[in-house]
Amino acid sequence: MAQANRPLSPHLQVYRWGAHMAVSILHRATGSALAVGAVLLTWWLVALATGHDYFATVQGYAGSLIGRLVLFGITFALMQHLASGVRHLLMDMGRLYDLPVNTLSARMTFVFSILATLGIWYAAYKVMGVL
Amino acid sequence: MADMKTPLAKVRGLGSAKDGTHHWLSHRVTAIANIPLVVFFVVSFVGNAGKGHAEWVAWLKQPIVSVLMILFIANMVYHMRLGLQVLIEDYVHDHGTKFASMIALTFACVLIAALSIFSILRIAFGG
Repeated sequence: MAQANRPLSPHLQVYRWGAHMAVSILHRATGSALAVGAVLLTWWLVALATGHDYFATVQGYAGSLIGRLVLFGITFALMQHLASGVRHLLMDMGRLYDLPVNTLSARMTFVFSILATLGIWYAAYKVMGVL
Repeated sequence: MADMKTPLAKVRGLGSAKDGTHHWLSHRVTAIANIPLVVFFVVSFVGNAGKGHAEWVAWLKQPIVSVLMILFIANMVYHMRLGLQVLIEDYVHDHGTKFASMIALTFACVLIAALSIFSILRIAFGG
């Protein structure tokens, strides 16, 4: 354990905030959010196996305003975690370590996740015939 | 610094945790597997958006869909178990709490997988 008054190395707060840092911490945050999504998916699958009436109840929760907001957030978390995860795999292979490319790839994960999330929800509403 | 490792220890490459790079590598392998499985999952759920109970059951009853959903659940839960373990290791410092958290995480992951896969199988083989 850390001892009191021990000299500390410069930590996160001394660095200028950048896209690469945001992606890094968001990978953990979105991963944790997706764990909640996994619990919700389990609930949904159990409801589907339970029967028509209970499934309709759960679909009702999912379709409510709060339900849609949660699902929209989980969609974004999934897409951001996916893009950020692919970036991590490329870095595991030794790519993307030059600073400009690293920052650009970090920004690209946000471009992908935002466009993919909006695209998924546009397509879903299109399928439902709402749009 | 003198090399104190035995030749056998070098070949095994398991390190002081006796686990080697297994955790790290498993996390990457499940990440790669998750890419096509997530695409399948998202495309399926968008394609069936707004459908009722009978239509969702008919979708999940298809053998390819049942198998892909089981693979998705198993792979995703394993990936989640590995990721959340790192979170506990990084942020929970008290040994007792850390040990309890790890056990709780493992139990929760197994429960999630069991409930999900049982539900899929029940629909796949049910009347």
